[in-house]
Amino acid sequence: MIKVQNLAKVFGTKRAVDGVSFTVERGEVLGFLGPNGAGKSTTMRMLTGFIPPTSGTATVGGYDILTHPIEAKRMIGYLPENAPAYTDMTVEGFLKFAAEIRGLRGEARTRAVGRVVEMCFLQPVLHQSVETLSKGYRHRTCFAQSIIHDPDVLILDEPTDGLDPNQKHEVRQLIRRMGEKKAIIFSTHILEEVDAACTRAIIIDRGRIVANGTPDELRAKSEYAGAVLLRISGVTAAALTQKLGTLGTVKRVAVLNENNGAVTARVFARGNPPRGELARSLAEAVSGWRVEEMHTEEGRLDEVFRSITMPDTAVAAEEKK
Amino acid sequence: MNTWSNIRTITKRELGAYFSAPLAYVFIVIFLLLCGFFTFMVGGFFERGEASLVRPFFDWHPWFYLFLVPAVGMRLWAEERRVGTIELLLTMPITAWQAILGKFLASWLFLGLALALTFPVVITVNYLGSPDNGVILSGYIGSWLMAGAYLAVSCMTSAMTRAQVVSFIIAVVLCLFLILAGFPPVINLLETWAAPWLVDVITSFSVITHFDGFQKGVLDFRDIIFFLSVMVFCLFTTSVILRGHRAG
Repeated sequence: MIKVQNLAKVFGTKRAVDGVSFTVERGEVLGFLGPNGAGKSTTMRMLTGFIPPTSGTATVGGYDILTHPIEAKRMIGYLPENAPAYTDMTVEGFLKFAAEIRGLRGEARTRAVGRVVEMCFLQPVLHQSVETLSKGYRHRTCFAQSIIHDPDVLILDEPTDGLDPNQKHEVRQLIRRMGEKKAIIFSTHILEEVDAACTRAIIIDRGRIVANGTPDELRAKSEYAGAVLLRISGVTAAALTQKLGTLGTVKRVAVLNENNGAVTARVFARGNPPRGELARSLAEAVSGWRVEEMHTEEGRLDEVFRSITMPDTAVAAEEKK
Repeated sequence: MNTWSNIRTITKRELGAYFSAPLAYVFIVIFLLLCGFFTFMVGGFFERGEASLVRPFFDWHPWFYLFLVPAVGMRLWAEERRVGTIELLLTMPITAWQAILGKFLASWLFLGLALALTFPVVITVNYLGSPDNGVILSGYIGSWLMAGAYLAVSCMTSAMTRAQVVSFIIAVVLCLFLILAGFPPVINLLETWAAPWLVDVITSFSVITHFDGFQKGVLDFRDIIFFLSVMVFCLFTTSVILRGHRAG
């Protein structure tokens, strides 16, 4: 549905987006991750036809955004960053306007407005002016606008920004449900959202794509993936480190804390052994001791995110701390 | 036609925006008060003793519009940019031209409404005497075209900035130039040192020169073209400015 080829945007001397390519098929929900200023919003603005790319192009539903912008825009529902809406209109008036400009008239318009009002729980504020809405309602009003014509492609720039935890949950559920039949791209800072709603994620940094995969694939890039967390009582940290350090399967032992006669440590595997192998060898080695806790870690998205998007020196400085 | 229904949707929304805020009512009241005051008190409507609206009524319009039209036009694009709705509007399946034209038409219709509400003046002059109503009608058409020209200028300055006040001030200055270029004291001053052809060129840019014909009841093709070309030029510039912002 969405095919992006070498999209680039230069503002003055800054390359905000620098040769980005990816595709999104129907049934996929693509999470767009990256630090502030990485080029997420700029990429989305180019896709939706708001700003023209400096070079490269993209097609939406087979229509090129440069040569057939109107046809491409017709297929897209777009929620811009900060969810802007006409403050001088009522929620109902705003949604009617959005429906009408999408070519829905009369009966079809009424039905479309009714549908999104129900989906986004806007009934209580239907006749209220947008200006007086709370942030959550304003956000949902703008979101309702983006799905009013039941588009095949949804592009959402930080759809859960400024919502309370319940609303965040609702929006994620909504995205996941709609993602079964549509192609969706959404950007976020919140890594747990990637697990909650995405089938695939792209990490973008300084205008370039630095990682692209399913949430599990990304997690596996973490050095924590496959590490074992151990908690043993009645032993000193030095003794534990010495004993485990001699094992062939262990690369490094990091002591996390030592108090009340118990030691908590994270043991990293050497190489990429099959899952569980490290835990088994550790279990044998510590069989004489009192093990309080032991489990294999999944790997953490936030750590992957940090190590990919921070310059190497910054990561090293963090580790030293 | 798809194009026209898009433009109509935008126009309808913009008109609604005027009337949902106090601006529209304030504008109409002030415009009518000004018209009444200047026509009957300053313009000496009764003292003249002639059944005509030319001098006492229409003569003031270029000056009223100088402040009132930029006030109507200043929010057109500046507000969209400030609130961020421009991103919504321009990612809808419409062209930038349809948005520009739809917004312009809404404001122009609004100004037309305000102008139409001055009808009691026409009734008064008809009650007191027997004026040439054709001349009055042509005066109204000219006034509306002139308002459109000012409005297009304001539309252009509104696209330049996200601050409405800045847009207002620039529009007033540009419109002032359009007036002064044909204002008799200024022309007299120019004639003392400039070559006659230069004076002609400058006065030909003036709204007063072109409005004069309408006031006399002459619908000159060239005057109509003048006002329309100011509108087309300014709206075209608006589209260039908007494209420039988006290209970054």
